[in-house]
Order: sequence, then structure tokens, then C-alpha cells
Amino acid sequence: MTNRLNTRFSELSAYNRAGFVAYMMAGDGDSQALLNALPAAGADVIELGMPFTDPMADGPAIQASALRALEAGMTLKGTLAQAAAFRKHDKDTPIVLMGYANPIHHMGWEAFAKAAAKAGVDGLICVDVPPEEDDELRAALGKYSIALIRLATPTTDDKRLATVVANTSGFVYYVSTTGVTGAGSGAVTEVGEAVARVQRASGLPVAVGFGVKEPEQAAAIARTADAVVVGSAIVDAMHAGGVAGAQELVKRLSSAVHAARR
Amino acid sequence: MSEPVSADTRPNALSAWPDARGRFGDYGGRFVAETLMPLILELEEAYETAKADPDFRAEMDLFLKDYVGKPSPIYFAERLTEEFGGAQVWFKRDELNHTGSHKINNCLGQVLLARRMGKTRIIAETGAGQHGVATATVAARFGIPCTVFMGATDVERQAPNVFRMKLLGAQVVPVTSGTGTLKDAMNEALRDWVTNVHDTFYVIGTVAGPHPYPAMVRDFQSIIGREARAQMKERLGRLPDACVACIGGGSNAMGLFHPFIEDEDVRLIGVEAAGEGVETGKHAASLKGGKPGILHGNKTYLLQDDDGQIIDAHSISAGLDYPGIGPEHAFLHDMKRAEYVSATDAEAMEMFQLCTRLEGIIPALEPAHALARVRDLAKELGKDGIILMNMCGRGDKDVPQVARMLGVEL
Repeated sequence: MTNRLNTRFSELSAYNRAGFVAYMMAGDGDSQALLNALPAAGADVIELGMPFTDPMADGPAIQASALRALEAGMTLKGTLAQAAAFRKHDKDTPIVLMGYANPIHHMGWEAFAKAAAKAGVDGLICVDVPPEEDDELRAALGKYSIALIRLATPTTDDKRLATVVANTSGFVYYVSTTGVTGAGSGAVTEVGEAVARVQRASGLPVAVGFGVKEPEQAAAIARTADAVVVGSAIVDAMHAGGVAGAQELVKRLSSAVHAARR
Repeated sequence: MSEPVSADTRPNALSAWPDARGRFGDYGGRFVAETLMPLILELEEAYETAKADPDFRAEMDLFLKDYVGKPSPIYFAERLTEEFGGAQVWFKRDELNHTGSHKINNCLGQVLLARRMGKTRIIAETGAGQHGVATATVAARFGIPCTVFMGATDVERQAPNVFRMKLLGAQVVPVTSGTGTLKDAMNEALRDWVTNVHDTFYVIGTVAGPHPYPAMVRDFQSIIGREARAQMKERLGRLPDACVACIGGGSNAMGLFHPFIEDEDVRLIGVEAAGEGVETGKHAASLKGGKPGILHGNKTYLLQDDDGQIIDAHSISAGLDYPGIGPEHAFLHDMKRAEYVSATDAEAMEMFQLCTRLEGIIPALEPAHALARVRDLAKELGKDGIILMNMCGRGDKDVPQVARMLGVEL
């Protein structure tokens, strides 16, 4: 199956370059403008947050962002509409939706997968649906060729890792620390070992996130990981400095990541 | 329905659920972030081992008897019976337990399990503060550091319990996210757990959350129904016509109902909090006013909007102020084995005062909701009927709030 995610990671690998994954929250501020601006600022893959009232795995930055987005009227349908508007003029940059199960379940697994495919979405990270519970979701996404991206964490031992990587596609998201988004990241050496372990088990690219904020830190991770994800810092920059502020941060982070292996 | 479970692996009695995936029919399951998944599996294994271990059982029984004060009596509420003018009203007196509610039955079990697992830190969420107090109490008894997450709104309306927890040595963390009630406290406890996975045991206070919590909490609370069932038989030579209990997450109701599930002649009636009225939208009645969804680790009925966003619950009672309900109740509701009704804030206030005056028992606002429906049921069943209601908590904690609502300055 060729899709934007596979193509993008092949390109990065061909240039021996780590990818930069930018997370942003749909509906928080002028999110359509930021979404449209991210590829030019250096984002190789975009994670588009679907706001939820009860984001149990997120730290204060993304919680607050989600509540602002909901307050401003954002919905799951609205999030898909932003992805669709982006896709009209960008045919190459993969979009991965990230969020929680309930809004998707409420729309219906299959109805969601169909609508997401129509909007030009390439993958989904559903934080609170582990492999033990994702059979229906997986079947629906598979039908519409949307990658189901799973999370591996420091508590995922080798035995469990086999369960986690089975049926996953696109890439594997390695959560660098036990904790919520935006907390401190794990030690770089430990992350490097973990990335190698996940790469071996999955045969897929590994993106590392949770707690990455600074360009130097992102670059250090980019030496071993296939991609680095930054979320809370971008969300905060957007809230404090608008689209220009977020764009500026994405430029600095992506340059550091892209130059890390030179 | 997810991955169909083949007919021969599905429990054939309603009381035998959950199945191996932690499902009660289509409800329940393990909807947690990957970081927590290995912990949930470890907990399930540890619980199954403990459950089969006679030493664990013996340790539980000893503490239930000498520390909690079990068994709690059943009591004929003669003057309320007279007032309602119908069926006999009996209370299961779980408000007489140490710490003043049924919550300690479960806390004791979970803290003993935490010790067996070598965990050195306890966390809990609390609404009314009853579960927080019970957890802090047992943690103090075993010398384990304890942190309790409590919505900021609840910290304010349940001040006596906050101070009790502090006296017991617990750290109380006020949660300001969302509406600062029980669901937000649960979010924050889950965030703490995901951060401190290696040493921390999360003592969930109700029959919700990821498997094995709904089944485990039910098992620990089933002492309510087991005792009451035997006591009714001994005192009256028969089972009650109906068991009635209030429902937030539903732990006291599940504990009362479970031993009666196979007694098909016994009606099981859960009373949700209708707040200002289910029709006003300001309520906490997840079954009456909600739809199936996924939150806090399980699939169950939830108050939610058209976009699948969780709607805040409203109730005078902090212990019932939760937008979901335990998955086993969702199952019993769909299977029509239990009936679910509701009572408003105003009805609970009325019953709080009536029960106090007529029986000399100050009920918590939570069971005061159940009493409102007991009143109707007593008339419906008539003089020959017998109703057993779980008096799951005492109302001392609510006195300041009730005084405020009655315009009395303390």
C-alpha cells in the first residue's frame, strides 16, 4: 500500500534525514491558517489534534488548548473539514489525527473512517484505544486505507511490544516518558535504545514524542529516531504568539531536526 | 459489538459477567493509554491470585470485622414505614461502618492488594470525599503515603471531609480543570498514575474504570448484599420484594444488587441523581439522559453532546455528580434485570430532613435520593411488601451544605 506516510518516510530515509512531526489542535485560534502554513515551516508530518473534553493522557497545555477549541465551537466534523481544506492545496504532507475514542465512537467507527478518508487523512492515533480494544476501529480504518498508529511506551516490554506492533502501520509513536504530554522527556540514551527496539520489532519508522520542547533536545533524539514529535510547545506558542509565533517555533525545531545527522 | 465472544465462553448467568475481556455484554473493557495497559494486566493477575488465596480472604475478614465493624445490621425503619403508608422499609446500615459509608469495604480490599503487589504509594479520586476519607483511613492504618484528587468545587462543598483526609495524613490535591468535580478528579488521578506507574496503586472508588476495576470493586462491595440477603432470611424468613440504592458510579448499588441478581423475584432498583430535573439538562442521570460511549477506561452510558463531548453532571450530591455509570449497571439496564429511576435535588433535601426527624438517622444526601423512590415504591407494593434500601452513608459531611441551603448560618 503506497500512501503519503510511507512515501514521506521513504523520502526522509533516502536523504538520511529525521522527520519533524508538528502537533496542533484543531479549532484553537486560527488553526486553519496554521495548518496550511506548517509544511512551509518544515513539518514533514502533521498531527491534527481532535479536541476532547476529558483528555486523560494530556498535560495542562493540550488540555487548555482542547477546551479553548471546544469553547470556540470546534467539533470532530469541523476538524475533518479543516483537514479537507488543507488537502485541497497540499497533496503530499501526511495528516494524522490524534485524539480520544468517544467522539469517534459517537460518530461511528465506520462513518468516521469514511469521512476521514474523504478529507484526505492518512492516519489515526487514538490514545485510549489499546490493541485489546481496537478490533472494530482497525477494521473500519483498514477498509478506507487509513493507518492505525499505535503508541509504545517505556512500560511496553518485549512481550507486549509484539502485540502493540502487530497490525500497526504508517509509523510507531514512541512515548519517551511515563507521563502526560508536555512533561519532561526521557533520557536521550534510553530513548535511543528504545527506538532501536521498536524499530526491530515493528519494521516501521519510529517517531518519538511527549516532552520534546527545545531544538537541541529534538536534534539529539533525531540522531536515532526516524522522526521527532513536538506538541505542547507548539500549542503554547500558538496561544501566546498566534500563527506567526507557532510558525517561528516550528521553523527552529524542524531545522534542528533536519540538520541533526549532518 | 466488538469481536464476538463465542457462545461457549460467554457467561450464561447474569451474575457471572464480565467475560475474559472485562466486558459485561458490550460494556466495560479496557480503554486506557498504552502506558497503563501493562499495569492493568498486572493488576488483573494480582487480583485473581489474591481472590483465590485463603490468606488474603482471612486478612480481609479480620479487618472487616475488627476495623470496619462488619457485619452492619439491617434495621426496620418503622416510622418511615408508617409515614409512607405502605410496604415495610428496611435499611442496610452501611453508614455505620468505620468512616461512615460503604466506601471502606472496597478501600480495604484494594489497599491490602496494593501491599501484596509491593506498591508504596496510594492515589484516589473522590467526589463527596467519602471514598477519599476511606482510602486515607486505610492508608494511614498501613502507613502508606496517600494522595487524593478532589474537584475544587467539591473541596469547597465538602470541607469537613477535606479536613478529615488531611488529619489522616493524606495530601489533598484540588483539581480545577473542567468543572472541578468527580470526573475531573478522575482525569487527574489517571494523569498521576500514568506518570508514577512504577510505585503507585490507584484505588478507584466506584464500579467503573478499566477492567478489572468494575468487577473487583463490585466483589469487594458485594459484602453489602451477601450480608443483607442472609440477614433478611434470618429475620423475616424471606427475601425483600425490592432492593433500592442510589447511583453515582454505582458501587453501593452494585454491591447490594449482585448477590440478588439470580433471585428473579427481587426487583433491583437504582436511583440516579436528577439534579434540577432530567428534562432541564442539569442532572447526573447517565442511563436516563445519556448514550453509550467511552470514558475513563470503560464503555458505558455517558452524558454527552452530539459531538461526543462529555457534558458536566449536576447534582446537589457530590457523590452522585458523575456523567457516567459503572458498565455492569449499563448491562443490567439493557438486559432489563434492574430498573433505573431518578430523584431530584429537592426530593433529596426533603428526604434528608424527613429521615433525620423520623428515624434519628441523618442520611448522606446520596441515599436520601434512594429514599425518595422508596416512598413511591412503598405505596406501590402495599402493606405486604418489603423494601430493602442501602443506607450507604451518613450525612454528617452534608450538614454544613444543608444548613446553607436552608439559609441557616452555623
